[in-house]
Amino acid sequence: MKMRDMTELAVRNLRESLLRNSLTTLGIGVGVASLVAMLSIGVGLQTLASRQLARSGLFNAIFVTPTAREPRFGRPRTGLQPVDESAHPLNADVKAQIAKLPNVTDVYSDVRLTLEVRYEGTSHMTSVAGLPESARGDGAFDGMKGSFFSSAKTDEAILQMEFAKQLSPQPESLIGKDVTIRFMSREPLPATSGGAGGAAGAPARKSAAGDAATGAGSGSGSGDEGGFSVVPHEKQIKVVGIVDADPSAGFGAFGRERVFLPLETAEEVQAAQVNDIQALLRGNPGERRYGSLTVRVKSPEDVAAVEASIKTMGFGTFSLLDASQNLQQVFRVFDSLMGIFGSLALVVASLGVINTLVMAILERRREIGVLKALGASDRDVRRLFFVEAGAMGLLGGVLGLAMGWAIGQAITFATNVYLRSHQIPPAKVTAVPLWLAAIAILFGVLVSLAAGIYPASRAARLNPVEALRYE
Amino acid sequence: MRDGVAIRTDGVMRHYAMGQAMVRAVDGVSIEVKNGEFVALLGSSGSGKSTLLNLMAGLDRPTGGAIFAHDRNLAEMNSEELARHRSHTIGIVFQAFNLLPRMTLEENVELPLRLAEVDRGERASRVHEALERVRLGGRLAHRPTELSGGEQQRGALARALVNRPTILLADEPTGNLDSATGDEIMKLLREINESLGMTIVMVTHERPRAEAFADRLLMMKDGKLDGVAAGNGGRGGAGGNDGAAALRP
Repeated sequence: MKMRDMTELAVRNLRESLLRNSLTTLGIGVGVASLVAMLSIGVGLQTLASRQLARSGLFNAIFVTPTAREPRFGRPRTGLQPVDESAHPLNADVKAQIAKLPNVTDVYSDVRLTLEVRYEGTSHMTSVAGLPESARGDGAFDGMKGSFFSSAKTDEAILQMEFAKQLSPQPESLIGKDVTIRFMSREPLPATSGGAGGAAGAPARKSAAGDAATGAGSGSGSGDEGGFSVVPHEKQIKVVGIVDADPSAGFGAFGRERVFLPLETAEEVQAAQVNDIQALLRGNPGERRYGSLTVRVKSPEDVAAVEASIKTMGFGTFSLLDASQNLQQVFRVFDSLMGIFGSLALVVASLGVINTLVMAILERRREIGVLKALGASDRDVRRLFFVEAGAMGLLGGVLGLAMGWAIGQAITFATNVYLRSHQIPPAKVTAVPLWLAAIAILFGVLVSLAAGIYPASRAARLNPVEALRYE
Repeated sequence: MRDGVAIRTDGVMRHYAMGQAMVRAVDGVSIEVKNGEFVALLGSSGSGKSTLLNLMAGLDRPTGGAIFAHDRNLAEMNSEELARHRSHTIGIVFQAFNLLPRMTLEENVELPLRLAEVDRGERASRVHEALERVRLGGRLAHRPTELSGGEQQRGALARALVNRPTILLADEPTGNLDSATGDEIMKLLREINESLGMTIVMVTHERPRAEAFADRLLMMKDGKLDGVAAGNGGRGGAGGNDGAAALRP
């Protein structure tokens, strides 16, 4: 028999015992619904956690340090050649090279400074961090007042709320206002050293420190003729935003930075500052070197490959990849458990399918006999019952998907009512992605077909002579 | 085909166990039914006539001997081939009509065409043709319960004919009908036999009717052939009682 005729007959049969078949279909629906609801919680929580983790910047970041002094194999070392630290400097070239690796979204250095911030006559010493452009999407800026930096290199600042409160009792009024930052910059000293600092009003104490530094500079053999002096600078910075939480700029971000500048602005200020002793001692003062770099990749899955590439370039790396993998494993186990609990109801539903179809055989014994007498083969009869089981499964699957989705929505709603009552921002704790929808319907059909195996083969084996004699 | 043999059984047997006892429902029967012949299988209840008909229909399998339909041995067919035999070679009517109660008359008659995978476009005309032949053209949309016994049996006859079989098997077709309606059905069978050249094997226990309408009577007793007689072939009167009396041994 052709599939279309088979389906017509099956649907006709299903409509005949409407109540019983509807209840069976509802049973499958409830089974699928419980599966969908359970898995949607698993998927929802996982999505939620993954997104939060990705936004925390911890799981898609790689921390790069200059190479450790590892002995090199395959290249005989001559005693005269010392281990050359400068063979693997973290300089701008390297930074550009890493930025070109596939799936790398951003490479930046960690810039942390201590500066003096002045506002309306009062002055505060505070820690300052540079924020890369990629921090724009961080969760920390979700509740930010004002806006993110207009560009990567602009004289704008984002203040941390606690610090903003120190500056003004109405912290929000600071947005759009200018603050002054003061910092010391290094300037080459003319050959005839004198009171160069005097013009800028630098205290004599600082100049003395500068002289001491000059001595160290000469000792490194950089070839600089003279030394340099330290000159105080001021810069007007416009406050564009105030943020509650402490935005993370990478691994080292656990400090309590109070003021955030665009990364390039911060770098500029840092280059001018004298706090980098290493830079002072290093040879070529024109070359910018980084103590460490933070590399952001598209997603946590890309970490391993990028990390390996950077290692082959000769640098030390560190990431929280393992932690993220463990987390995924935990969720996989969680999903499986949810799936098993959800499937239990489906198993019960499959018993309903078996029961309904076995009942149908008893009721339709005579009909099966007639069909066979009119030319139906065993296969036709078997397929007819399969189509009936499959149709109930398909309907039940669609119904169950709708119910499961509704249950998920209800759970999300109830959770959010609870979260809001505790002043926690609402979250989407359930999700029914397309693959889950497809699997739910497929599962409904497959379970029903499996349940149909026994009744269908029993119907197919029915002896037509006995079936026709049956009254 | 008119001159050939439609059905031939060669020592066909159908034994089955019932508890400890072996029941020999059909026990070595050898008969021949020619193409276009109208044969009646007569016998009392339990004589094995219905079992023999089921063997010819391919609904049951012999436990011994052979049974040929147009020279093809049903005993050697697998279940798929037997299904094809039931679908294409034979048409069958029952005492209890066996129309499916949930379907309209038209759908019931269409059922064999569905099973034989006949094109949809062709089905309606085939169904109408078959129903016209049994003079039931106006009752297409009725359910079996809305039809009289005679109408139901005519509908069943249309269903048996719709796939244009060469052999019509009838198991007590008048058993559930009053005598006037039964005669109508017998006349219809005879008419189909003559106009279409249809081979008919009919099981009955009503000897007078068999004598009146069949060409040949095969008597069965205890699973064996118990005699052969010539029928009137529809040439006698409508009742057939007179002719039957003349031929009675």
